Amino acid sequence: MHKGSFLRWSGMLALLALLLSACGGTAPATGGATAAPAAPTAASAAEPTAAVPAAATAAPAELTAAAPAAATAAPATEGNFQIPAVADGKFNVAMILLGPHDDGGWSQAHYEGLQYLEKNMPDAHVAYVENVPEGADSEQVIRSLARKGFNLIFTTSFGYMDPTAAVAEEFPDITFIHVSGYKTNNANFGNLFGAMESMKYLAGMLAGARAKQDSNPKLGYMATFPIPEELRLGNAFALGMRKTCPECTLDVRWINTWHDPVKEKEGAASLFDAGAQVVFTGADTPASADVAQEKGRWGITYDWSGSCKVERCLTAPYWNWGPIYTKIAQDVKAGTYKPGFDYFDANSGGLGLYGFMEGQTPTKGVAELPAEVLQQVKDTLAKMQKGDFTRFDVFAGPIKDNTGKEIVPAGAKLEQADLDQFDSKTGCKYCMYWWAEGINAELPKLN
Amino acid sequence: MDPIIILQAGVATGTVLLFATIGEIFAERAGVLNLGVEGMMLMGAMSAFSVANSTGNAWLGVLVGMLVAGLLSQLHAFIVIQLQADQVVSGLALTFVGTGLSLVLGEGLSKAGAGALLPRFSLPGLAAIPFLGPIFFTNQSVMVYLGYLLAPAAWYYIYHTRPGMNLRAIGEYPAAADSMGVNIYRLRYFYVFVGGMLAGLAGATISLAVSPGWFSELTTGGQGWIAVGLVIFAQWNPLRAMFGAYAFGALRRLILDIQGPALLFGASNIFKTHQSLTYFLEMLPYAFTVIILVIGSREAVRNRLGAPAALGVPYVRGERGR
Repeated sequence: MHKGSFLRWSGMLALLALLLSACGGTAPATGGATAAPAAPTAASAAEPTAAVPAAATAAPAELTAAAPAAATAAPATEGNFQIPAVADGKFNVAMILLGPHDDGGWSQAHYEGLQYLEKNMPDAHVAYVENVPEGADSEQVIRSLARKGFNLIFTTSFGYMDPTAAVAEEFPDITFIHVSGYKTNNANFGNLFGAMESMKYLAGMLAGARAKQDSNPKLGYMATFPIPEELRLGNAFALGMRKTCPECTLDVRWINTWHDPVKEKEGAASLFDAGAQVVFTGADTPASADVAQEKGRWGITYDWSGSCKVERCLTAPYWNWGPIYTKIAQDVKAGTYKPGFDYFDANSGGLGLYGFMEGQTPTKGVAELPAEVLQQVKDTLAKMQKGDFTRFDVFAGPIKDNTGKEIVPAGAKLEQADLDQFDSKTGCKYCMYWWAEGINAELPKLN
Repeated sequence: MDPIIILQAGVATGTVLLFATIGEIFAERAGVLNLGVEGMMLMGAMSAFSVANSTGNAWLGVLVGMLVAGLLSQLHAFIVIQLQADQVVSGLALTFVGTGLSLVLGEGLSKAGAGALLPRFSLPGLAAIPFLGPIFFTNQSVMVYLGYLLAPAAWYYIYHTRPGMNLRAIGEYPAAADSMGVNIYRLRYFYVFVGGMLAGLAGATISLAVSPGWFSELTTGGQGWIAVGLVIFAQWNPLRAMFGAYAFGALRRLILDIQGPALLFGASNIFKTHQSLTYFLEMLPYAFTVIILVIGSREAVRNRLGAPAALGVPYVRGERGR
């Protein structure tokens, strides 16, 4: 034990210095992304889910070049997250994102919506926090943003719903908009979503026609979690698919995640290997098209207009949040926005089908399809954009489920409660607790 | 659900675990526990993908990924061999350093689409063997074939060569090895470096072959920890590591494919009717890792499993005991 203890101590010091430099190295200099290694715990070591929040990066961003307040104020931190500051005299809008802002899907679509807002609302100051896990972490981040004094906060993932509701109760003067949930307090906590089912329906028409043309009537759906939204979008797709290919069937794989690029690729591969000709996804990344490229089949991506890049991508039903967010921000500032259930249809401009919107040309895989199918898709899309064909027309009877039972009789249509609820005890008549004809899947169990 | 497809995919994803596990076997055989596998894999995956993308040469990417992860491992080696600090603490810290560094340096890399990738091909002749051919020798990445060579080679090296005997000696009874003229410090540095290089190879296998791309910490998704558990399961034997690695790889794919058929062994498929059971399957590799590490932490069990006796013990020349 001669020189041992001195060496041990200096070793620990060296380690500590290294850790500290890794923690703080780039943060002040760039103001951009920085990694914050969390305290090592035995639990996070073994649990993959815990490892994600532990290693998540927090990247506060100042989107505006001139932000005097932000330049002088020291950035506050909340756990692993750096909380951006507000700009004095501006209308301050904050957003939290589930994935990185450049995930090529869901989060990127929201991020670009925020950029659009910044450009089109000159007196707005915008900021975002990315890689925020759903649950307790998100509640801390939302509360910190509220304390900072943001006027309007968008929380953009399903699992932020209850945390947002809780924080909204504490800050009655701030407006909170939660995307994709089903709760509101009709005062300062509102719900926002759009009729993506309309776009999935059109994508289903294209996919069915493609499968028919390739003489392989099997398709695949990579679903995330068993919630009404995922059944609704899968059913809308299947209804469209059956319009152009009555003999087509749809396989389903649950991947239990919204954002896991590796797992999404494995899920897509599983569907293609089981024989699917076209695979579409409910998750965030363009894995369906990437794997289609590898397998020589077809993929349909989701969420972001720029996600349909590879040759084997047919189309992408996508979100165009910019106009929606800008309108909400302006109305909140003017005091005319009533938070509640805000559910927009295609005529709002908030939805898109890649290859068919203004300035876009259909992808190669779509252009090869029969002209009458393309015309049918274009006509239906035009009706949707005029407001003559809404989400309720997508779910117009007669609709049969995959056991042959009639769900919606001819002449009847689903209503809003039917679109986003499972259980008739919550007030829906038909409910979204069925799989459409042609879907090869079982219903999730209700508790 | 075709067992051949599941096993074929399992061998491909299992190759990642195999490289990382063999790397850790080398380090632990030399007496150095390195819990930083996850961090080294992330650094390897990130630098390999980055280099392959900017140079257009996937092999250069693999090489750089291995070197970077190997260099990172030397940090751990310096702290635990030279400074004799606690190996568990330093290894955990290495994971967080590696994760953090890879996220910072890999910023923006996720946008880059897959560019240069490692080739995949079938082995003519061998691919025609019934059952085994489609699983092991059809349309696999070159890394998978490398895995078939590496595991037996590592086994032969450890058990049947003179340097391999020295390796085992410095992990079992370094004082005796020292008196035989073996340079304990130098060899420990070397094998920790080898372990780091193989962890980097595992990372490069993900980002350039198995699921191409850089997806921040989701690239590895905890596979480095599974590799640490697999070392104990494999009883520090590279050949046994093959079984464990491929089995866990196949499980990843089984979770998805098992949702397909309506009937399973003649009965209603409960994984289709009860979707939440797939969570249970997803948990298994990690639960296994926890259980194996708990069991393996008992001295008596470790001895019976054949753990290197000096694993985790710093060697100080001239001090009594091992």
